Amino acid sequence: MNIAILSGKGGTGKTTIATNLAMMMDISYVDCDVEEPNGFIFLEPEITSKKEVQIGYPVIDSQSCTLCGECTRVCQFQAIAKAGKEMVVFPKMCHDCGACELACPVGAISFRKRTVGKLEYGMAKNLSCSRGILNVGELMAVSTIRQLLKNLPQKEHFIDCPPGTSCNVVTALKYADAAILVTEPSEFGFHDLLMAEKLVRLFKLPYGVVINKDDEKNNMVKVYCQENAVPLFGTVPYGKEAASLYSNGKMLGESELFKNYFQNIACKIKEAFAW
Amino acid sequence: MKIAISATGKEMDSILDRRFGRCAYFLIYDTETKEVEAIRNNGAIASGGAGIAAASQVMEKNVEVVLTGNLGPNAFELLEKGEVKAYSCEAVLVSQAIEMFNQNELTLIAAAGSAHHGM
Repeated sequence: MNIAILSGKGGTGKTTIATNLAMMMDISYVDCDVEEPNGFIFLEPEITSKKEVQIGYPVIDSQSCTLCGECTRVCQFQAIAKAGKEMVVFPKMCHDCGACELACPVGAISFRKRTVGKLEYGMAKNLSCSRGILNVGELMAVSTIRQLLKNLPQKEHFIDCPPGTSCNVVTALKYADAAILVTEPSEFGFHDLLMAEKLVRLFKLPYGVVINKDDEKNNMVKVYCQENAVPLFGTVPYGKEAASLYSNGKMLGESELFKNYFQNIACKIKEAFAW
Repeated sequence: MKIAISATGKEMDSILDRRFGRCAYFLIYDTETKEVEAIRNNGAIASGGAGIAAASQVMEKNVEVVLTGNLGPNAFELLEKGEVKAYSCEAVLVSQAIEMFNQNELTLIAAAGSAHHGM
């Protein structure tokens, strides 16, 4: 059972909800926000193993290359270009699809591997934690997310997704069995919640909503959930104490004030996804 | 000799676009025949690699000179390897940019600017 935690809008509290629920429910935490993974700041796991993330890129043998340019025509990502009497490869643009190698009529293209990021595994008390980290300046977040998720052991995991609804989130959702949509009662939060909802519906995943920074009023998100029969798993109230704990790298669940809110959410999730 | 100018429109009185990879059009000006051809920049709609797409496109037209604002690292590398000289110009009319180039008033772009600047 992999439960994806996504939001559309960034900064709604995906990591706050994911880390606290993971700790409370003893469900492994997986940080897929590989461009800026921050879950380990709160969970502080001891790292037990690391693995490099490698991705292929084309190398062109200039002796046999006839400069026909067929490789540049099949590449969808501008990873190869022709400059005068030279073919130029941009390894960072390469998605490692292998089309250029197939298209080359003289077999001048081969693939080599390079490192774009790493995977880290560790334990925070008794909680198993993992994350992917994309190296600074690299573009292939998808490969890093895929390598992190395809090797997960068969048990329960919370998958802390990247923000937005782009390829990175889509990749994470391919490995999910259910989803929690974290939002905040703002116009932006609500707008992007609807985008995230469309995406999880596309994947036919069971899902529900958590409102973070809740104003404890009958706000637009609550009205929407009621009118559309979308399960509301719970809320976490807006307040200075939450901001203070967060900015000190502390878990909200450690505070008596917030513990009940997370316990309620945990109950609802177990009921809804019943694994 | 052919000159490519990154531009916001298709006419000689369009304004030079200081973004290379994300400009809407390239005007290809032939200094011998004085003919002008406008081509839509493939890089403008590319999800990534706009500079590479744009540089490839102007090199296919056999241009020897590019007039633009700045070049990102990928476009700079590609044009340099293709022996295309790029000059930096302000956002003036395309016709004025060509005149300034003819008068040697433009400076050669000797180093790449920052990536994703034109986004």
